[in-house]
Amino acid sequence: MTAWFESLGMMHGWAWFLSTIIGILVIALPLMLAVAMVIYADRKIWAAMALRRGPNVVGPFGLLQSFADGLKVFLQETIIPTSANKGLFLLAPVITFTVALIVWAVVPFQAGVVLANINVGLLYVLAASSLGVYGIILAGWSSNSKYPFYSAIRAAAQMVSYEVAIGFVVISVVLWAGSFNLSAIVEAQRGVYGIKILNGFGFNILLFPMAVVFFISSLAETQRAPFDLTEAESELVAGYQTEYSSMSFALFWLGEYANVILMCALNSILFWGGYLPPLDIPILYAVPGIIWLFLKMGFFFFAFSWVKATVPRYRYDQLMRLGWKIFLPLSLFFVFLISGFLMLTRVGL
Amino acid sequence: MIQAIAFYLFAIVVLLSAACTISSRNPVHSVLWLILAFFNAAGLMVLVGAEFIAMLLVIVYVGAVAVLFLFVVMMLDIDFAELRAGFVRYFWIGLALSLALVCEIFIAIGAWSAGGIDFARRAAPIDAATPNIEAIGTLLYSRYLFLFELAGLVLLVAMIGAIVLTFRRRPDSRHQRVHDQISRRSKDAVRNVNAPVGKGVEL
Repeated sequence: MTAWFESLGMMHGWAWFLSTIIGILVIALPLMLAVAMVIYADRKIWAAMALRRGPNVVGPFGLLQSFADGLKVFLQETIIPTSANKGLFLLAPVITFTVALIVWAVVPFQAGVVLANINVGLLYVLAASSLGVYGIILAGWSSNSKYPFYSAIRAAAQMVSYEVAIGFVVISVVLWAGSFNLSAIVEAQRGVYGIKILNGFGFNILLFPMAVVFFISSLAETQRAPFDLTEAESELVAGYQTEYSSMSFALFWLGEYANVILMCALNSILFWGGYLPPLDIPILYAVPGIIWLFLKMGFFFFAFSWVKATVPRYRYDQLMRLGWKIFLPLSLFFVFLISGFLMLTRVGL
Repeated sequence: MIQAIAFYLFAIVVLLSAACTISSRNPVHSVLWLILAFFNAAGLMVLVGAEFIAMLLVIVYVGAVAVLFLFVVMMLDIDFAELRAGFVRYFWIGLALSLALVCEIFIAIGAWSAGGIDFARRAAPIDAATPNIEAIGTLLYSRYLFLFELAGLVLLVAMIGAIVLTFRRRPDSRHQRVHDQISRRSKDAVRNVNAPVGKGVEL
């Protein structure tokens, strides 16, 4: 697109700038629509598992429910508690929402279709997702209220303990793929080691446990059930969201679901072949890669909802134990195992 | 053009937020300004082509260190008047320290420009085609291998030291027995009893 703008007589810098802005809009606007539909899907799946109907009044099959909710929230008054730290109170949802959006810049939707094809793509994802916690911490602190503050402290401890495990999982993937670039990681999954017909690191016996660890960690990372201790309504009212209302509350909501979709995308990109078809058969490549990616993301989203509907919430000390005493040693062990295996087979002794 | 705009934007924000870090009254605000400074410093790193360092700066400092700072600072109950008094008392020591740092920077710059490293290598030590990570990794795991491992050892010692300093055995405290908790089943805890009417049951 840069070239097209240049042909209109623009300078290279500005043409690049304009085409990047358009690229951002092309990703962000459908993402917002996807978030609305995903909230609807989540409620429907959840309802089906509880033998309820779920939203079915607004629009055909209740499809417009999320938009109705959005409109309602938009028309409400934003209430700021008098003792709250006003600036930070309003900044917190903005941070959550922005951070959920910026990571999409490096997600490859198809071979070569990515907004920013940077070398350190995976590190960028890690960096951006480690920022997500600031929205929650700031919301909890600036509300100047007990329960949000507890929630903020829980969020900080939870994030730090899971990011370590996620870091090791990511390292094991990077070791195998030999690159931090997300497109290169997807390409490296073409015909995994051993049986040459399956696409995806998850089919590799050494990396499969890492895929499981990553899936569970991504539940914890997005604050979804069973790790939604930051908004555990039986203990903390609504956690960090307690004092929020109207659009500032909606931004948290949107950011949270954008994060969930992102984690679904990352699960499929890192372990299940991203935009590649699951089997390395030429005829399957006739289907565009973006369809495969969306199918995989849909599967993972269903799994997220499934877990939310069926698994009881963890206790806080159980969560900490899982992070530090199970996932951390396990993922560290597999980093050793995988690097040892690669030394043996690829580099040679 | 855009690069120049971006550079001045990042640089100005770094300086402003650094100034706000030391001048803001609320320690939580200070930490947040510090985070903003880290961020824009990372932006500057990206501009000079050190994207790996930039990402590490964000992951390590913003993602982990600053979260812990914030964690501690949030829970503090600070008397600001007392804090200000401390500022006046330590002002001269602080000034002396910062002067010493400035002198050291000038000495370092002097030694750098007097050294025999030619300018081309100074500006771009490796060719631009090699990715950042690869270049750093190649150097780190070949020429500086022992120094790198030594750094790891220092960190290990620091970690063990921190654990030893804070760990104390408390024989009188009641510990949670995780294994017992997990291995408990419903049949160990629940009993179905047919209670006779009017008598109840002994448990």
